[in-house]
Amino acid sequence: MRAFRYHRPADVAEAVAVLAAEPQAAYLGGGTNLVDLMKLGVQRPDVLVDVTRLPLDTVEGLPDGGLRIGATVRNSDLAAHPVVRRDYPVLARALLAAASGQLRNMATTGGNLLQRTRCVYFQDTGKACNKREPGSGCAALHGQNRDLAVLDWSEQCVATHPSDLAVALAALDTVVEVHEADGPRDIPIADVYRSPGTHPERETTLARGALITAVRLPPLPAARRSTYLKVRDRASFAFAVGSVAAVLDLDGDVVRDVRLAYGAVAHRPWRAYRAEEELRGRPFSRELAARAADAELAEARPLRHNGFKLPLTRAITVRALTELASS
Amino acid sequence: MQGGPENATTIDERHSSRVTVEVNGASREVTLDNRTTLLDTLREHLDLTGAKKGCDHGQCGSCTVLLDGRRVKSCLVFAVTVDGRSVVTVEGLAGPDELSPLQAAFIAHDAFQCGYCTPGQLCSARGMLDEVSRGWPSAVTDDLNTPAELIDAEIRERMAGNLCRCAAYPHIVAAVRETAASS
Repeated sequence: MRAFRYHRPADVAEAVAVLAAEPQAAYLGGGTNLVDLMKLGVQRPDVLVDVTRLPLDTVEGLPDGGLRIGATVRNSDLAAHPVVRRDYPVLARALLAAASGQLRNMATTGGNLLQRTRCVYFQDTGKACNKREPGSGCAALHGQNRDLAVLDWSEQCVATHPSDLAVALAALDTVVEVHEADGPRDIPIADVYRSPGTHPERETTLARGALITAVRLPPLPAARRSTYLKVRDRASFAFAVGSVAAVLDLDGDVVRDVRLAYGAVAHRPWRAYRAEEELRGRPFSRELAARAADAELAEARPLRHNGFKLPLTRAITVRALTELASS
Repeated sequence: MQGGPENATTIDERHSSRVTVEVNGASREVTLDNRTTLLDTLREHLDLTGAKKGCDHGQCGSCTVLLDGRRVKSCLVFAVTVDGRSVVTVEGLAGPDELSPLQAAFIAHDAFQCGYCTPGQLCSARGMLDEVSRGWPSAVTDDLNTPAELIDAEIRERMAGNLCRCAAYPHIVAAVRETAASS
């Protein structure tokens, strides 16, 4: 591991200033991903700016009925928060389906959103990876790509985003509050993540050195009827091979509103706008849910080993929505 | 420090820190290369070899300790970040000549074979039982708004971050179940 200087900033402005002055500095949150990547030699910061003691660790109700979640709120505390459990079960479920008890005690909200892909080629410095080393190629495209993307990938990168939390936040139209060198900025989560394209090393639209300070959930009464379904290779403590965040609002049997987002299918948490479009205004049925998933996945391009993700994603869409419809 | 040695053994001031941490109730002070994990600090600098290094990547749980009362994986924590905080390791779960109820239950239920994962299992179970007493739900909790009853499925899910290569899982579950029931 490369030696690094350690800095504990007094406030957000100081944290951002250090990143602006130090081209190879990185923020350190819970460390559950970054520390591991430093051990693997995948990330080699020369300064760590520890943001975990900044006063960003509160969850507060907003006047509009929404919720503001500080960037350093730990995943376990957020999942256990009574308002999250009651008003945004999709969020609590996504958090609880992720990692292990110990890691949830460590991982932060902001860090979770900015964690790196678990593509094994990205994590292996002996392999070609355009995300880790731009221009070096992509060993995954024709390698073992079972766990990788089926939607929106490029010849340069087929990685998926690993976060469960981000999928739930995408379904909830979350606003991400960031602080950049020239001040604070709000970004809708749909605009935070990038498609891989020809620059998979750029995963978000955040400026270098931007610090996520909070995420803001809009009020969404329909989210009381919401859930997160995740399929893994084992019952617990594994990344998704498929996941869906779902919010369903029925008027009688007619879909008044619906929010759907998929995990483990793309470089970004995948908001399923087309599926939502198919569902909205129609009487709910299992068949409609299946049709909606098919509409969303129509442009999927499975790789050699991951064609199973299409029927899997379709199946969990149907199951999640059917469960919500009957709850 | 660009161009410098990657794994220099000498401590240089820019890349090291003086860290004060309370470990099992006693204040300890040590100067460390910033790269030193909490796990390596405990084992190599503080002579506390209870916490074990299994995978060193946060996947096996054998390094689990309590940090400010919460279970964490000490292999993924840089010690410099815990300055001023409090750590409890397996050595601190009970006095030197006694067993905590959890430790006694592990023995009574034969909840280990080789024992390598046991310190992590014990610290994890201690933290987990506190989480349950605070009413935290888990992925297998049906109703998020009602405190979960600690059925075996709950114990298994909540202990999923601790692997046991000897597969003593049924006995670990029994030991945790008994400890929870009697507390």
